[in-house]
Amino acid sequence: MHILKLAGRRLLSSIPTLLILLAGLFILLQFAPGDTVDALMAQMGGGDPAQAAELRRFYGLEGSTAVRLLDYLWRLVRLDLGFSAIYNKPVATVILERLPATLMLMLSALSFAFFAGMLLGIVSAQRVNGWADTLISLLGLLFYATPSFWLGLMSIVVFSIWLAWLPPGGLYEIGSGATGIWLVLDIARHLIQPTITLALIFLAIYLRIMRASMLEVSTLDFVRTARAKGLTRGEIVRRHVLRNALLPMMTLIGLQAGTMLGGSVVIESVFSLPGIGRLAYESVVQRDLNTLLGIVFVSAVMVICVNFVVDLIYARLDPRMSAGA
Amino acid sequence: MSVPVFAPLVRIEDLSIALPRGADRPFAVEKLSLTLNAGEIVCVVGESGSGKSMTASALMGLLPPSLPVRSGRIMLGERDIVRLSEDELRAIRGPEIGMIFQEPMTALNPLRTAGDQIAEMFRAHTDLPRAEIEARALKLLDEVGIPEPASAYRAYPHELSGGQRQRVMIAMALALEPKILIADEPTTALDVTIQAQILELIRDIQRRTGMAVLFITHDFGVVAEIADRVMVMQHGKVVESGSAQAVLHDPQHPYTKALIAAVPSLMPPPPRALPDQTIATVRELSKTYRTGGGWFGRKQRVTYAVKSASISLPSQATLGIVGESGSGKSTLARCIVRLLDPDSGAIELGGVDFGGLAGEALRRQRHLVQMVFQDPHASLNPRRSVGDLVTQGLIARGTKRADAMARAKELFALVGLDPAATDRLPHEFSGGQRQRIGLARALALEPKVLVADEAVSALDVSVQAQVLKLLVELRDKLSLSMIFITHDLRVAAQICDRIAIMQRGEVVEHGITADIFAAPKHPYTRKLLSAVPGRAN
Amino acid sequence: MKALKHFLMSPAAMLGLVLLVVIVGLALFADVLYPRDPLGLAGRPLQWPNPAGRFLLGTDASGRDIAAQIAHGARTTLLMGIVSTLIAIAIGIVIGALAGFYGGLTDDVLMRLTEAFQTLPNFILLLVLVVVVGSNMTAVTIAIGVVSWPAVARLTRAEFLTLRNREFVQACRTLGLTNRWIIFREVLPNALAPIIVYGSVVMATAILLESALAFLDLSDPNIASWGNLIGQGRKVLRSEWYVSAIPGVAILLTILSVSLVGQGLNDALNPRLRNR
Repeated sequence: MHILKLAGRRLLSSIPTLLILLAGLFILLQFAPGDTVDALMAQMGGGDPAQAAELRRFYGLEGSTAVRLLDYLWRLVRLDLGFSAIYNKPVATVILERLPATLMLMLSALSFAFFAGMLLGIVSAQRVNGWADTLISLLGLLFYATPSFWLGLMSIVVFSIWLAWLPPGGLYEIGSGATGIWLVLDIARHLIQPTITLALIFLAIYLRIMRASMLEVSTLDFVRTARAKGLTRGEIVRRHVLRNALLPMMTLIGLQAGTMLGGSVVIESVFSLPGIGRLAYESVVQRDLNTLLGIVFVSAVMVICVNFVVDLIYARLDPRMSAGA
Repeated sequence: MSVPVFAPLVRIEDLSIALPRGADRPFAVEKLSLTLNAGEIVCVVGESGSGKSMTASALMGLLPPSLPVRSGRIMLGERDIVRLSEDELRAIRGPEIGMIFQEPMTALNPLRTAGDQIAEMFRAHTDLPRAEIEARALKLLDEVGIPEPASAYRAYPHELSGGQRQRVMIAMALALEPKILIADEPTTALDVTIQAQILELIRDIQRRTGMAVLFITHDFGVVAEIADRVMVMQHGKVVESGSAQAVLHDPQHPYTKALIAAVPSLMPPPPRALPDQTIATVRELSKTYRTGGGWFGRKQRVTYAVKSASISLPSQATLGIVGESGSGKSTLARCIVRLLDPDSGAIELGGVDFGGLAGEALRRQRHLVQMVFQDPHASLNPRRSVGDLVTQGLIARGTKRADAMARAKELFALVGLDPAATDRLPHEFSGGQRQRIGLARALALEPKVLVADEAVSALDVSVQAQVLKLLVELRDKLSLSMIFITHDLRVAAQICDRIAIMQRGEVVEHGITADIFAAPKHPYTRKLLSAVPGRAN
Repeated sequence: MKALKHFLMSPAAMLGLVLLVVIVGLALFADVLYPRDPLGLAGRPLQWPNPAGRFLLGTDASGRDIAAQIAHGARTTLLMGIVSTLIAIAIGIVIGALAGFYGGLTDDVLMRLTEAFQTLPNFILLLVLVVVVGSNMTAVTIAIGVVSWPAVARLTRAEFLTLRNREFVQACRTLGLTNRWIIFREVLPNALAPIIVYGSVVMATAILLESALAFLDLSDPNIASWGNLIGQGRKVLRSEWYVSAIPGVAILLTILSVSLVGQGLNDALNPRLRNR
C-alpha cells in the first residue's frame, strides 16, 4: 500500500511538467511554416482566401497564440485533443484507433528485449571472458550498431521475399476474415518481425547493463559473506547477486521507454503497421499539427505509465525504497 | 590466565601468499606459522598492508585468484585447506569455520531480511524443516543480544543499527556452532560504546562455547581487551608473538615497541597556561536536516544534527569536540567553517561576525578559518600538483603566483615535506604525507582558527603519532588556535586543552581536558570513557 | 599515458579506431574520389554492384552512383553526428553541472525539465522540431542535439553530486575560491572522463536518429545521405535489395567503430573495470 502511494506520488508529480512541456510545444508549433488548413487547401487543389479563413475558424486556428494556448490546455484537461482536419475525426478517436497496434508492439518488444537481454547478460557474466561471453558481447555490439529500420528491410528481403515465411507488413491478413484464436495467431505472426527488429538494439543495451551489473554486484561485501557461509555458486547468484543486479536494469527500462516508443515510428513505417508511430509520421507529412500534438501527449502518458509500473516493481525489489530512504 | 591445553584446531605452517607482479614486495604473507587452539582468542595485529586480513582469508579459502598461496599448509585437523576443492571448502565454511567482517552495513545483503540471511545458513548446510530453522534463527538473535528478536528477524539491514547488524553477522557466523570463528576487524567501523558491547559479546560466546577465535585488528586497545595470545605482523611477516600479557607489557621487537608506544595515553598531560582572550565563540548554533520534503505533500522529517550548541575557544588553545557518529560533531565543524549554513546561532571569529556573512563577503573572509580534512585520499584534487593545491587559496586572494609558490615551499618545509616536491601529484605521496599537504594548504592563508576534522583518524597508529606530534609542534611554534574534531578519546586526551563532549547534537559536557578525564560529570561522558578499549593498560 | 597504452593494447579498440579512420578518410576525400555531384545522374539506373565495372557499388533507381553517395554520405553522417553530439554534451554539461553543484531548488527545477524531456519519446520530439524548423542540414543537426542532451545532463549531475561532497571540493570552498573556479577548474576535469566516454553513445544515437529521419524523407533532400538512400532502395527492395543493403552496412560499421572506440576509452579510463 505504501509502495503504491509512493509511486502514485511520482505519477502525480509528473503531470505539471507534462503540461508545461505540452504548452511549450504548442507555442513552438505556432512557428511552424504552414498549418493544417494550408495542407488541406493543397489537398483540395487550391482555394480562395475566404474559404481558408472559414476553415481556420472551424478548426479553431484563429485568435492570438495566448488565447489558443489557454483554449488548448483547457481542452487537454477535459481529455479533448481537438479535431483532425485530415482524418475529419476527433484526434482522440484517430489515436485510439491506432493505439492497439503500438501497444502490442511495445509490449512484445519490451518483454523480449528485457528477458532475452537479462538471460544473455547472466550467461555472459557467469562465463566472463570465456568464449560464450565473447560471443554474446560481440552479438550485443552488432545488435547495438544495426539501424532498426534497415534490419527490418533486410529481414523482409530474407524472411518475406526469399523464404516467404513471414508476412512483409500489416497487422493481420486483410480479407481473411479470421476471428478468435486464428486472428490472434495471425496478428502474432505479423508482429514477429517488427518486434524483433525493434527489440534488438534494446536487447543489446539490457544485456550489457545486466552483465556489468552482475559483475559489479559480485564484488560487493555481502557476496563475500555468502561465500563465507559456504553457499554454492548457483545459490550465491540466485539468492544474492541477481536481485541486486536487476535494480539498474529497472531504472534503465524506465529511462528508455520513450526511446523505444520513438523507435516504433520507423518500425511501424517499415512494416506498414497501423500504429501511432506511423500516424505521427503521416501527420508530419500532412501538417496535421493537432494530431501530432495529440500523439506527443498520448506517448508521454504512455511513458509515464511505464515508469509508474517500473516504480512499483523497483519498490517490490528494493525494501529501502518503500522505507522512503 | 592459564589456558587449558587442547589439541590445536588449526595449524598454519610456513604459509606464503604471493602478491601480483609489480607490487612493492613479493609476498602478501611470508612464512607465517600459527596454531589456533580451542578455547582461546588469538589476535593478529598489524597496520594496513601488513597481511593480517590475507591470513584470515586464506584460512577460509577465500583468497582472490590474484593472490595465490605459494607454499605452506593450513591444517584443519587432517585436512589441508590450501589443497581442498571448492566443494570441500564449502562444507567447511559455516559448519566448521564462521567469519565476520569489518563493515556490517555492506556485509549483509540489503534486499533480504536479517532472519532470512541467518536461516540461509541452515538451509545451505542442513535438512531441518522450515519451522525448526526459524526457531533456531530466532534463538540465535536472542543469544546475540538483539532486543525484540522477532521483529529483528523480519527487519531489513537498513532498518537495523550498525551494532545490531554486526550482531546479526555474529548470529549468522555462529548458526552452525563452528569450532572456529574468524573476526576480521569486526569493531573497526563501530562507535566506541558499541565496540565495547560487541567485544564483550564475542568474548562471552567464546567462553561459553569454548571455540577458537582468530581476531584481526589494528588496535592495541582492542587487543588488551580480548586477546589471550597476540601475533604482531609487519610487511607480511610475523615479528613477534606470545601471550597477550607478555607482548603488551614486555614487547621485544622494536616494531612492537614502537606500535605500542604510538598508542596515545588516556592520561592527559597537565593543563597548559593559556592567554585570557577568546578567539572564537559559537553561541546556540542549531542545524537541522530536512528529508523527504517534496512538492506534493510528502511528510517532511526534521532531524536536529546540532541543537543549540555553544562553545568557546581561548586564543592559542586546542578545543576537542568529541562524540560518536551521529553526535553532530562534524556538522558543527562544517557550520563553523561555513561549509554548511547553520539554521540559527552566532559564530564569532577574532571579532568578526563570521556566522552573519554571506555571498561575496563570506568568500573574502573565509581565510579566517581553515580546515584539515579526514580522508587523505579524497581531500586533495588528484589532477593538480600539490604545489597548486597549497597556492590556489593565496592566488585567489591576489598573491602573485611566484610569491605564492615561494610561500608553499616554506610551508612544505614547515610541515616536514621536501620543498622540491611541490610539482608532484597527490598520488605520489603516502597517507601521512597527504595529511601534511592538507595542513600546509590550510596554513597558507594564516587562519585565526584551524579546524581539524578527524584529521588523524584514517591513519595507521604510527603515522598518526607523527602527525599528532607535528600538530603540537606547529601549535606551539605558530601560536595556533585549533578546534579538533575526533571520536578517539585517547587522541583528545593528548592534544586538547579543553574538550566538549557531544551526544545527539548537543554539547553535554565541556571543560578542561584533565578535569573531565579525572572526574566526568555527565553519565554519557562516563559511558564513553569506560568504553575505551584497553583503558586498564 | 598508461590509459593510452591500455587503449592501444586492446584489439577491439584498435579495430574500432582503424574503422573510424577509414570512414573519416572516406569523408575527407569524398570530393577527390568522386568529384561529381553524388546526387546527379551517373548512368543507367539499377546496375548491380560490379568491382570491375564503372560503378563499384552499382547505381540506384535514379541512376545515381551508390559509391559516390556512400562517400559523400560519410561526410554528412560524421559532420551531423559530431556536431549534434557536441551540442548535446554542451547543453547536458551545463544543466547537469548547475543542478549537481548547486542542488536545492536549482536542481529541482533543472531535473524536472530533464525528466520532462525524457518523458517525450526523442524521435517524436525530433519530428515536432523538424516540422517547426524545417529539414535543412543545420536545422536537423541542431534538433538532434536538442533532443539528445538529457542523458548527458543526468550523468554530469550524478558525477557532480558525488564530487561536490568530496573533501577536496570542500577544501576549495574554505579557501574562498569562487563557484565558477570550483565548477570549471576543480570539479569538471574530474567529471569529464565518463562524460567523454558517454559521448560515443550519444554520437551513435545521433547517427541513428539522423539516418532514420533521412530514411523517412524528412531530412535535407539536397545532400547525399545513407538513410535517404536506404529509403530510396525500399521501392526496389523486392529485386534490387543491394540499394538498401549497402548504405545500411555503412551505418552499421560507423556506429560499430564509434562504440568500439568508446568502449576502449571506457576500459582505459576506468582502471577499476580493466580486468572485466
